[in-house]
Amino acid sequence: MTGIAFPAPDPRILARKAEIVAALRRLVSDPEDVIDDPVELAPYETDAFTAYRRLPLAVVLPRSTAEASRVLAYLAREGVKVVPRGAGTSLAGGAIPLEDSVVIGVARMNRVLAIDPLNRTARVEAGITNLAITNAVAEHGFFYAPDPSSQLACTLAGNIAMNSGGAHCLKYGVTTNNLLGVTLVLVDGSVVELGGEALDAPGYDLVGLVCGSEGQLGIVTEAVVRILPQPEGARPVLLAFPSSEAAGACVAEIIAAGILPVAIEFMDNPAIRICEAFAKAGYPVEAAAMLIVEVEGSDREIDAELARITQIARRHGVTTIKESRSATETAQIWKGRKSAFGATGRIADYICMDGTIPTGRLPEVLRRMEEIVRGYGLRVANVFHAGDGNLHPLILYDVNDPEQAARAEAAGADILKLCVEVGGCLTGEHGVGIEKRDLMRHQFTDAELALQASVRRVFDPTEILNPGKVFPLDLRAAA
Amino acid sequence: MRLEPAGEAEACAQIRTLARERMPVRIEGGGTRQAIGRPIQTAATLSSHKLAGITLYEPAEMVVAARAGTPLAELDAALAAKGQMLPFEPPDYRALLGSAGEPTVGGVVAGNLSGPRRIAAGACRDALIGLRFVDGRGELMRTGGRVMKNVTGLDLAKLLCGSWGTLAFLVEATFKVLPRPEAELTLLFEGLPEDRAIALLCAAMGTPYPPSAAAHLPAGVGGTRPRTLLRLEGFAEAIGYRADRLAERLFEYGRCERLEGAASAALWRAIRDVEPLAEPRERAIWRLSLPPRRGAEAVARIRAERACEVLYDWSGGLVWLATEEEEDAGCGLVRSTAAALGGHAMLVRGSRELRLRIPPFHPPAERVRALEAQLQKTFDPLGLFDPGLRAAGI
Repeated sequence: MTGIAFPAPDPRILARKAEIVAALRRLVSDPEDVIDDPVELAPYETDAFTAYRRLPLAVVLPRSTAEASRVLAYLAREGVKVVPRGAGTSLAGGAIPLEDSVVIGVARMNRVLAIDPLNRTARVEAGITNLAITNAVAEHGFFYAPDPSSQLACTLAGNIAMNSGGAHCLKYGVTTNNLLGVTLVLVDGSVVELGGEALDAPGYDLVGLVCGSEGQLGIVTEAVVRILPQPEGARPVLLAFPSSEAAGACVAEIIAAGILPVAIEFMDNPAIRICEAFAKAGYPVEAAAMLIVEVEGSDREIDAELARITQIARRHGVTTIKESRSATETAQIWKGRKSAFGATGRIADYICMDGTIPTGRLPEVLRRMEEIVRGYGLRVANVFHAGDGNLHPLILYDVNDPEQAARAEAAGADILKLCVEVGGCLTGEHGVGIEKRDLMRHQFTDAELALQASVRRVFDPTEILNPGKVFPLDLRAAA
Repeated sequence: MRLEPAGEAEACAQIRTLARERMPVRIEGGGTRQAIGRPIQTAATLSSHKLAGITLYEPAEMVVAARAGTPLAELDAALAAKGQMLPFEPPDYRALLGSAGEPTVGGVVAGNLSGPRRIAAGACRDALIGLRFVDGRGELMRTGGRVMKNVTGLDLAKLLCGSWGTLAFLVEATFKVLPRPEAELTLLFEGLPEDRAIALLCAAMGTPYPPSAAAHLPAGVGGTRPRTLLRLEGFAEAIGYRADRLAERLFEYGRCERLEGAASAALWRAIRDVEPLAEPRERAIWRLSLPPRRGAEAVARIRAERACEVLYDWSGGLVWLATEEEEDAGCGLVRSTAAALGGHAMLVRGSRELRLRIPPFHPPAERVRALEAQLQKTFDPLGLFDPGLRAAGI
């Protein structure tokens, strides 16, 4: 695909590669932490938005805040663009480099610095993977709540950059609701501590501003996160329905009844079939739609809540009710859902969209998405977090057919516009990146975008951090 | 001059006029918290009073939107009718500040004000998912939206929530709401010293039966004996079970009593509104925000040098501290103690003279102050909105 424009590389910077790499090597403790060999750079040329790739000038993997500060200050002084990177799992191209940029990756800053069960906080380096936080605090009886499907690989730094959620954010919120403080390296190399172990910080909520800023305000090297006590237990129930409408209405009624499950996941028939073929999870392949609803608490609480939920499901014509009776069955039910993207990848190439809609518009949006994608002669499978309206339609196409690829991209753009039209937004948990940059005008006025761009410039006046992302390239910042 | 726009377009037009005339304004919601911050004088007041009413309510989506001037009581009643509520338990400081008027949606957002449930369900800023506001150029702006995963681009709602009217004029806010719990039950432990009480609260918050609120009232604060309180909320069948498990786990802290229904609710309302410290009126009131387990330690250090009365909320993470105004109400001591323990302190109540002498808001680090000043210029280039309220000169 070549639809998305990249800023033209600066030949003067490209010509200085050897000098820049040499200078960077002097700034880090181990020269191996600076990568400049084209073969070794290849893994950094894209993120999970693999249709686009650019080899960066170099990659630096600092091992401390001090190193990151020296590196960023040097690059800013020299006018070299910087692309911050976590694990590169974003679907929107937020971590795709530019040819004249240096990637600063936080992957080598992955230590747990302190766990404080009484405060229910953990201080960690930002390159730690999402799941590693939960693993580190588990022995104290805690977990870290946001759980994106890529949690084995994705870093906290990336989660902060994109304000990621996960299946369980209906109850526990997204990253911004579980983040208390950050250590932020600003472009001039100064290091600021924002927030901390207290429940709020003085002054403007800069932690809240940094969360979801897609690496354009600074580089987060450390963070304080909220950790939560593990519930006594959790159990999912699988509910199958004869129509997407019935499943959507069931979700609405569960929430209206005052029940707050930890997760409500939705899959449509194509997704059910794909996942079942791959995971053998026992999914009802004839069903038009399926929900996985998980509740937690004591056995008695779980029994009582599941009883209320299945009662509601019956009113909506549920055709299969499958309550997990063991840890194995629970894992089985989730395995299908969590492997959805991998399973889809086995049968076709796909682009996975990430948008959000008001949950009340679910049935209508599902129908219209199907029409949109069919209109482009392609197929769509739907797996998503129904509780919070975060859609992840998978548009299936053949990557070797450029014409099909262009149609898939166009269908995706139409779906995102539909999200905005019904009152939702362009992103869920993967950010704007480059993919949705040019769609921003469908959601915001130029004045609104200019205000956001001005806020960005407060932190990065020359826009060297993650340039060419989030904002339309021709946007003018407010005077 | 008093400006009371009745709609967004009128608000924009009036602010454009203010910008043309270079006329700064005091922004006002219900006017119940005008005594917070540095005293400022402006020729004009811009009120959200006539910007009232709920604009969107979808119970099945757990989302509600209301104009900035909507009385909180009205919003709460509408949510209660559908068995829902704002998650963050917004406080009412009328008793504390001796003010009249009606707390509004805009006022609560401007102050990021959250009550006892904040420890379990997040602050106002966590429930706030969308905002409409007018910047200092008179442009109507939107940020966030009406869906839970609301943020595309920069999350400006976070920045505006808690900015005390110094960045923009808020016209409408959208919140995520929660089911109103079917029942509540409070576990009451009596007679614990403050360090033990905070240890109990923090231990309780780390169990699989987390309370929705955790507070401690020392002896003499609203009662004769020290009271340590844990509130459980949810379906009646569930909270009874959780109360039993918690009482077992906390056995080492002694026996506990149970308060239910109205008795429990009244107690938490008083804590939410800081009522036990409201009198005598001439005392200064500090709000310390701390890592929860440091609460008692902070108070012990302050008390060693200065007489004060306190109330702990948020598992010890929020300390309300009442002290005499003499010697700048202990400003240096209170602030340095809070900062040394990883927190900060705001003067919420004080005489006009005191609030002119010491900065009511905790001064930020130098580099952060520079960022804040530039942010203020970005939203409000002419310095029209509440100039000098947060700090002298900005």
